[in-house]
Amino acid sequence: MPKIKYIEHDGKEHEAEVPNGWSVMEGAVKNLIPGIDADCGGACACATCHVYVDPAWADKVGEKSDMEETMLDFAQELQPTSRLSCQIKVSPELDGLVVKMPKSQH
Amino acid sequence: MSERIVIIGAGQAGAQAVASLRADGFTGDLVMIGDEPYAPYQRPPLSKTYLMGTLDRERLFLKPDAFYAEAKCEMMLNTAAQTIDRAKKVVALKDGITVPYDKLLIATGSRVREIKCPGADLPGVFYLRSIADVDKLRPAFETAKNVAIVGGGYIGLEVGAVARKRGLNVTVYEALDRVMQRAVSKPISDFYDKTHRDAGVNILLNTGVEAFEGTGKLQSIRAGAKSYPADIAVVGIGILPNDTLAKEAGLTVGDGIHVDPHCQTSDPNIWAAGDCTRHHGRDGNHIRLECVQNAIDQAKFAALAMMGRPAPYREVPWFWSDQYDLKLQIAGLAWPADSLVVRGDPASRKFAVFHLRDRAVAAVEAVNAAPEYIVGRKLIAEGTKIPPEKLADTAIPMKNITQ
Repeated sequence: MPKIKYIEHDGKEHEAEVPNGWSVMEGAVKNLIPGIDADCGGACACATCHVYVDPAWADKVGEKSDMEETMLDFAQELQPTSRLSCQIKVSPELDGLVVKMPKSQH
Repeated sequence: MSERIVIIGAGQAGAQAVASLRADGFTGDLVMIGDEPYAPYQRPPLSKTYLMGTLDRERLFLKPDAFYAEAKCEMMLNTAAQTIDRAKKVVALKDGITVPYDKLLIATGSRVREIKCPGADLPGVFYLRSIADVDKLRPAFETAKNVAIVGGGYIGLEVGAVARKRGLNVTVYEALDRVMQRAVSKPISDFYDKTHRDAGVNILLNTGVEAFEGTGKLQSIRAGAKSYPADIAVVGIGILPNDTLAKEAGLTVGDGIHVDPHCQTSDPNIWAAGDCTRHHGRDGNHIRLECVQNAIDQAKFAALAMMGRPAPYREVPWFWSDQYDLKLQIAGLAWPADSLVVRGDPASRKFAVFHLRDRAVAAVEAVNAAPEYIVGRKLIAEGTKIPPEKLADTAIPMKNITQ
């Protein structure tokens, strides 16, 4: 199973094994990693699962859909590396992925 | 002795309450009572990806089991609360077990409204509310050819979309004159009506189901004095609040458990959250909300109040529905007298309907239009007045709409 590293806003690191096909958001929620709310459960409807993808992984996490792009436009503390973690699907290529969480999801 | 909070109901609100109570610093005993064999899970995917078979059951759960263990929340599942003795502060379960409480949260959710007509109990007539419901429905989908959708609301149309994707013949029977009438405005109804018809769904409006017919199992449906072939029927004609337990305990109840802005019931030791409640919404109406947002937010505010830090619940309600490649996102509650502003062209499959009340945005319905939804939600919360012609002008990006 691919391993993903989640880094909280304060620098605290968590590593989790996440099944292929799951989303990066689900990996955090199911492993009790704080910092991702995901109120809508992954429907790309609430923008409370915002993460920053480590630049080294930018090419591997896939393209943003128009919907994600526009939802993100209104997230707090947007950066070029911002993504909605419910929209990143875990695959073998993402083994070792590193994401950081923003200060707040709201 | 440490304080004990008991949560009746293992759904979205119950799970949120556990998380919030612990995050807010509650250190006493915590118990959750649920009538399904499962820990709290997400219901929205049931009529979408879980029915389609693209989402495993494991992925439905809101929290891993470890969450409840870590939160030291005792899970009493697959049982039901029978009575609440408010004088003794005890909940009695169906098997004679009693659970004492200091504070109680009722988060019992809702149940499906059942259709009352001849043949309604025939095998082949399904409802969709729980994992168990979908687990029964899915195999029936494998062998069915003709699917009847009784009720053209969110659930019915979502199931209809899944059935079409699987190549089944789908007929929607809607008693009212447009689909999703209770939930959305006419331009949205009209758009979804056309989308479903273009996808090959047969929609019969103003057509109530009069009987389910068949020998031993469903074979046809009688509606509008005609008979239509049907192997299975999925009935989605609304939900009812699970408020009987509260009513029998003598709490103030009337189509939902009445709660104040702090989610407190008429008993100062009992709070309620989610689908089972009725409250005064931010627009002043005495409303019942049937959605994830209300379950989450009421649970958060109930938790605060239970911790002695009450704050008034005034969140903007939001909803969503997935049908085909369309994401419908709604914020706020529309009133019939609102004036409507359509932004964008429905033919482009990307547009929004704004509802203006006293020149401020009261609600927004967005189809594949996240900026309209997100900005709309902010405008509603802030009560910003905005000229309708500006809202309608797609040359002005939503980001700059208030400038």
